[in-house]
Amino acid sequence: MTLLDFARGPAMQIAIFIFVLGIVWRLVGVWALRQKKDLSEPRQKGAWIGGIKGLFAHAWPYKPFVPYVGAQYIVGYVIHLGLFIVLFFGTPHMLFFADIVGFTWWTLPGGVITFVALITTVALFIALTKRLVNPVQRLISNFDDYATWFVTTLPFVTGLATTANLWPHYETGLAIHLLSVWLLLIYFPFGKLMHSFWFVVSRYTTGSRFARRGGMA
Amino acid sequence: MKEHSLTLGEELRRQGISRRSFLKFCAGVASSMAIPATMVPAMAASLAQARRQSVIWMSYQECTACIESLTRAFSPTVENLIFNFISLDFQHALQAAAGDQAVEALRNAMDENWGKYLVLVDGSIPLKDDGIYSTSHGQTHLESLREVAEGAAAIVSIGTCAAYGGVGAARPNPTGAVGVEDIITDKPILNVPGCPPIPEVMTGVLTSFLAFGELPAVDRLKRPSAFFSDTIHDRCYRRPFYDQGKFAKSFDDEGARKGWCLFEVGCKGPITHNACATMKFNQGVSWPIQSGHGCLGCSEPNFWDKDSFYKPLSAGQWGSAEGIAIAAAAGVALGAASAVMSRKNQDKISGGK
Repeated sequence: MTLLDFARGPAMQIAIFIFVLGIVWRLVGVWALRQKKDLSEPRQKGAWIGGIKGLFAHAWPYKPFVPYVGAQYIVGYVIHLGLFIVLFFGTPHMLFFADIVGFTWWTLPGGVITFVALITTVALFIALTKRLVNPVQRLISNFDDYATWFVTTLPFVTGLATTANLWPHYETGLAIHLLSVWLLLIYFPFGKLMHSFWFVVSRYTTGSRFARRGGMA
Repeated sequence: MKEHSLTLGEELRRQGISRRSFLKFCAGVASSMAIPATMVPAMAASLAQARRQSVIWMSYQECTACIESLTRAFSPTVENLIFNFISLDFQHALQAAAGDQAVEALRNAMDENWGKYLVLVDGSIPLKDDGIYSTSHGQTHLESLREVAEGAAAIVSIGTCAAYGGVGAARPNPTGAVGVEDIITDKPILNVPGCPPIPEVMTGVLTSFLAFGELPAVDRLKRPSAFFSDTIHDRCYRRPFYDQGKFAKSFDDEGARKGWCLFEVGCKGPITHNACATMKFNQGVSWPIQSGHGCLGCSEPNFWDKDSFYKPLSAGQWGSAEGIAIAAAAGVALGAASAVMSRKNQDKISGGK
């Protein structure tokens, strides 16, 4: 069995097994916890409206903070949008998902995907540099932050190297790229990448609780 | 003068082949093997001095497509190859002799050229049950290969079966088939994989051996680097469509008619090393992708077992869905157990209030 065969077969199956197990474990584990009762009198009706507002309220910083953290938000958007575009609109990636869902969709030319991936990789390195240079951010960063950055960046770097044929053998590069994605999937449920699932829940919960107490008007 | 004592130059002159034709042939081979043009005169001089090479072709668990492919080589033609450049002393599909006479020809060729003859093998060799699943003249092919290889100067495995086991070794591999390099480990071996291989690659390798007295440079899978260093995808004339994101979605849609990339319909070109895209088959007429079908990856080991030929390369090999269902069930169990433990901890901290 070649490295590519291993990456396309057993490694993928193991990674997806761990990914699914970890995601379900985390979701069930948190949702099955005893919920904190709010014994206070609701200050206003329709707390759920506050919850919906909460989903969008943090999409851009509060105006006075824009000069300080605006650039950080932009870098964050570039990373997330870049990840989304490369993941769902790169033809080989789309075909991976199409194999699961059973239908295909429109994709972007390879050159555009490569450009977006390059921009996203640069944004990821800017984010890391800021984390290392800013004393406060460095102080509050832990292993999880760096590991999350590493497993997110690695597929971009290996994917770009494979596209540019920088490996001695294309198929080895492709295998390494796939393995780097499986590493991301394995780490996903156990680190901060879980925010993909939690950010909607936590923002809604915070918004609805604030609304119950009279906020989010 | 005995036939084998003539040099190739003498033999060619005897047959009335002009020096111009000979140089043209040398330039063609040098070009296909990425040998600099400045080397052509030296190559021609060396080749003209070469003695006729004794070649023994052993066919084992095979389908005869490899020899069919070779007989369609156009430069040099098989007649040139057999009668002018090599002495094909044994090839049971081409030779007139059969049975005991054929085996006697084989034994004579081996005795006369012991340590010097070149062995060409096509077909895989079964190992299971001492190799009884493939025999010729009362001898298993496993025994035959070991015997013939002992006196060989070098071995060239022709076709994916002889190189890596090929179709014969496909799961569940009932005969325990393997390639030559899994059995013979003490001789120089060169693989010319393909199902079938490109004829000009085979003749190019033989000519290179005659000119330089050794097998050409090989890659990590013992394939001649001159022909196997690029992937099909690298040299494919449809590559610009891949870069533009234009793909045929099926074999008869508009994209297919316009000659767009076949990646989505399962082409294995990006992971297949071969010279099909540049040398083509049938005198350079066409090759599988030009004919509208994706590359099967037939020159790569285990190509038969690498999932569907019609599944895109980037689609995974999922195995069964049971694994995912088990993972989800295990996740629910672990999540519930974690919640129970957390609740107990909460009760302990709050004293049950």
